[in-house]
Amino acid sequence: MAKRMKANEDQKIIKLAILAVGGQGGGVLTNWITDVAERNGYLAQATSVAGVAQRTGATIYYVEMCPDTGRRPVFSLAPAQGDIDILIAAELMEAGRAVMRGFVTPDRTTLIASAHRIAAVSEKIEPGDGRADSPTVHKNAREAASRYICFDMEKVAVEAGSVISSSLFGALAGSGALPFARESYEETIEASGRGVKASLAAFGKAFERTVAGEDASAVVQDAPPAGQRIAVAGPERLVAAWNALAVRADAYPVPVRAMALAGLRKVVDYQDLAYGAEYLDRLDQALALDSDEKDHALGEAAAKHVANAMCYDDILRVADLKTRTARAERIRKEMKVGDANVLQVTEFFHPRVEEFCGTLPTGLGRFIENRPGLSKWVDRRINRGRRIRTDSLFGFGALWVIGTLRPWRRSLLRHQVEKEHLDRWYALALDTARRDYGLAVEILNCRRLIKGYSDTHVRGHSKFDRVLSGLTLLEGREDAADWLRRLREAALKDEKGEMLDGALKTVATLEAA
Amino acid sequence: MAERSFVKEVQKLRLGAGETFHGEGILAITKALLQCGVGYVGGYQGAPISHLMDVLADAQDILGELGVHFEASASEATATAMLAASVHYPIRGACTFKSSVGLNVASDALANLASGGVTGGALIIVGEDYGEGSSIMQERSHPFAMKSQVWLLDPRPNLPSIVKAVEDGFELSEASNTPVMLMVRIRSCHVTGSFETKENKRPGMTVADALENPRRDTNRIVLPPASFLHEKEKVEKRMPAAVDFIRSRRINEFFGPDRGKAGIILQGGMYNSVIRALQRIGLADVYGETDVPLYVLNAVYPLIDDEVIDFCADKDSILIVEEGQPNYLEQAIASLMHKKGLDTRILGKDILPMAGEYTGQVMLDGISAYLRANAPELLAAQVLAPNASGENTLAADLAKVVPGRPPGFCTGCPERPIFAATKLIEKELGPHHISSDIGCHLFSIMPPFELGATTMGYGLGPASASAFNSPDAKRRSISFVGDGGFWHNGLTSSIGNAVFNQNDGVIVVVDNFYSAATGGQDVLSSRADNPTKSTQHPITDAVKGMGVKWVRHIDRTYDVTKVRAALREALTTEEKGPKVIVASSECMLNRQRREKPQTAKAISGGERVVKPRFGVDEDVCTGDHACMRLSGCPSLSVKKLDDPLRDDPVASIDHTCVGCGNCGEVADAAVLCPSFYRADVVHNPGSWDRFADRLRRRVTGFLQTRREKRRLTFGEA
Repeated sequence: MAKRMKANEDQKIIKLAILAVGGQGGGVLTNWITDVAERNGYLAQATSVAGVAQRTGATIYYVEMCPDTGRRPVFSLAPAQGDIDILIAAELMEAGRAVMRGFVTPDRTTLIASAHRIAAVSEKIEPGDGRADSPTVHKNAREAASRYICFDMEKVAVEAGSVISSSLFGALAGSGALPFARESYEETIEASGRGVKASLAAFGKAFERTVAGEDASAVVQDAPPAGQRIAVAGPERLVAAWNALAVRADAYPVPVRAMALAGLRKVVDYQDLAYGAEYLDRLDQALALDSDEKDHALGEAAAKHVANAMCYDDILRVADLKTRTARAERIRKEMKVGDANVLQVTEFFHPRVEEFCGTLPTGLGRFIENRPGLSKWVDRRINRGRRIRTDSLFGFGALWVIGTLRPWRRSLLRHQVEKEHLDRWYALALDTARRDYGLAVEILNCRRLIKGYSDTHVRGHSKFDRVLSGLTLLEGREDAADWLRRLREAALKDEKGEMLDGALKTVATLEAA
Repeated sequence: MAERSFVKEVQKLRLGAGETFHGEGILAITKALLQCGVGYVGGYQGAPISHLMDVLADAQDILGELGVHFEASASEATATAMLAASVHYPIRGACTFKSSVGLNVASDALANLASGGVTGGALIIVGEDYGEGSSIMQERSHPFAMKSQVWLLDPRPNLPSIVKAVEDGFELSEASNTPVMLMVRIRSCHVTGSFETKENKRPGMTVADALENPRRDTNRIVLPPASFLHEKEKVEKRMPAAVDFIRSRRINEFFGPDRGKAGIILQGGMYNSVIRALQRIGLADVYGETDVPLYVLNAVYPLIDDEVIDFCADKDSILIVEEGQPNYLEQAIASLMHKKGLDTRILGKDILPMAGEYTGQVMLDGISAYLRANAPELLAAQVLAPNASGENTLAADLAKVVPGRPPGFCTGCPERPIFAATKLIEKELGPHHISSDIGCHLFSIMPPFELGATTMGYGLGPASASAFNSPDAKRRSISFVGDGGFWHNGLTSSIGNAVFNQNDGVIVVVDNFYSAATGGQDVLSSRADNPTKSTQHPITDAVKGMGVKWVRHIDRTYDVTKVRAALREALTTEEKGPKVIVASSECMLNRQRREKPQTAKAISGGERVVKPRFGVDEDVCTGDHACMRLSGCPSLSVKKLDDPLRDDPVASIDHTCVGCGNCGEVADAAVLCPSFYRADVVHNPGSWDRFADRLRRRVTGFLQTRREKRRLTFGEA
């Protein structure tokens, strides 16, 4: 028995597992690893699970290797918990999964993980923010691994025009976890024969970053708030007027200032300077009720949500945004359009009678809306998908002309509707602030529920109304603010608002108790 | 065209005597078949043996040179029925499919084949799809062998053992006039390794020879009285012959010391996992030298009673390592001990789990526990009383964070818009009973679509909705079937049944030009020209031929509005009988594989190529993610903006987008939002392209500048 233990120490099998998302090219990486092992006089065995289970799902490739002594070792076909020397995770949550499954242990595992995220479906379909918490994964991974090598290897690969298998291979080589020289890895890539140059570039970059010991996991995820420094250009008269408004916002208490500036920029960009002044006037109302003690939470929430409410999503805004120089430049950059290429851009619009009426003068819009027959007749003529080529003169021209309506926005029906809604909500919040400061902040935050266009927008409004319907039950309770926050969070969990219904029922029983 | 090409690798099949083969399990199996002089091969694709079919398809030249007939069978039943060629003729034949689903389909043919018995060796290679990565119900192949009395080999998972099992299998089949099943587990199909090759053998008798010289023997046909004689023959002649062969040829192996208090009996397929566990507790070395006696069953059915008794007789206890349930081996061995009056304790599923895969941890825990209790003197102190609890304390923390990642539709999948349309029609007409089938389209049951209530088997989607046909209901059922399932079994069992029984439901045939879930093999309706198969038989023709009157064909599934309109019509029309919608668009995985190199070549060759990709205007997107609830495309994801005013992440499309069009179509059909755009990049534009582009950009640039000069524009300082 002791003899066997000793023999196993002299002749050790290296165990390497790759956790990837189906479609990431884990098979290529696996082949490279067995190839580099064999180049170095090792025997290697690879296994994988092919088939439908791999389609975009989490999948594992597994390699075992040991020096070739002429005798055939018995390799295992699947990774075992607590028995992995090197774990390569091709995506951050897969690193988390590896730790969770016990494949990463502090006594021996080198964990090589790409810090980038591929969101799972469950993270994407929440109406709110359903993204998984990356810092928790980093924290646990660092704790679980003997060594944790983590940076955005997807980015390294894409920048080199390659795919992630190359940068993962580079990080593996750079880690020194396998007793092989860099050159033998490069020979493996060269022998593979496809996209060699780009692969070698990605490999080299990842190798060097690994050797340099960079730890991207330590970088704070959320960048500091923007809007602190805003560059503004335009006619002198307007710039001067902007500066005057900015000075006003700059005078706000520190916690509100950055948000107010960002909000001011948004509303001025959306409409005009007078609209900006209107925004600050509204904000002043909240600030009059605010206090240092509460860290100006009311002012900050008002700065954020009043700006969003004032910049409702209408056709004018979309037309304006889609015909800007900056947008055209952004697309060309994102799509990597060079001078040798021509770019064609198709927009997808589906206007309905509601949007049409919203863009008419208030009186006319109401006239049509109040006549169901007429309204239906108009809808039949308008309601269909329209594809507009904004690279063509006609398509661009149409949107540009809609953009010219901007100065008249205040006289359009949609503006009346949105303004009434905003005033009602804001008055409710400010009125509440006098009795329950925390609850008022939460009322302001409920604005987050209203977003989207058409049906989505209607659903958002309905959720907003349902959440605020809880107010009558909550007012006067000490924990009212807390409950309203919970209702709002529930409303952001699913599309139909089933969680919200449940939460509302709970609130109802609270009252009864 | 299959998802993976083996054109290069199949050259290894030409290796001669004394050379060394390096490669995957499936290739090794193919090489072994050729070395054995196989005369014909068939099969039906499905993990883990899909690639075996792909290897065979890519090796048709080599097979042809040797006079070996190959066919891609219509189903597992067809594949097994094909082995009838070995009943009267001394031709070796093999077929392969996924188990246990394949054996379920094949069992009619298997039972008939087993009853009459075979003259030429008949080998059924079953890919056991059990445990991690499996996509089917968890069952065993073992009982099929028992009930039809065919022999089941489960070799150790390394290339030399698997190759030997193929050779042994044919001989065993001939020695006992019984078909033999060779089981390969999911990972051994793709395990890499090497073995020493032999020369390929031409079959002694080819199928052509047999066709020229027909034979028959009434005694081999399953009809009374012969069928009664077959049963007797099975127990009186064939089983004893098989037992003799297995014993005399030492198919089963013994490792470790001759004697001991404790020992392990294991399925051959579990050998490496058992050795790994013994390595980890210091009772085996890297090469498999073990201190614990092992009896490895490379033949798991039938058992060789005297070998078992010999192994058990001197031991106090035995651990049986048998993956899956019920525990047939354990029951058989325990009953044998009882009958022979031996008091050796037979342990198995009382120490190891009854259900589930025998993973590394399960084996380590189980074997350690067994030896601690039954042979503690073998163990080091550390194993006897381990310090660490082995609990993974980080798991609980992470379980709350790490999202599940089940398989789903690929980027640009043409099936996605079909389910987006179904979700939209349900919004309009209310929820329906939906039956699903087997294939990629079964991913519809997962978020974001969550459509489909049952899956009852390949091609049985519409069949499983057949009860829901009532004049009292105002609502119709909807059922899905893929093109693979349609041709496998669906045409008769589902479509024919619906016509005959005047089912009023809606049937959607998801046609992606391939048997896509199994790896993109061609089917009858594939659009590709296949040099050895007859393709391009439209599903609509087949459906009409079956007698369906209401048939609609959608030739671009990405047109969500059109698919929804077809569904609406099918669900509301007055017409009686089944309403069949055939929704066709090519599997994007295969299409990309085909087109990508062509496109790259065209661009570098200076041809005008338009490459589409989608994008999202992040300032227009409001971050409600309604688009993602109708998509789930991997390339459409969420992105946090660097804007303090925005709480929720917005939609974003990454560089992996293939420009399928689903995003734009969904935004249109569901009236979502105007934030999507399609960017068509024209490579190598012609002079007209350039001229028009210059003109347009000059004019739009003028308009943009004009407006932007009169207003404030903001940027980051």
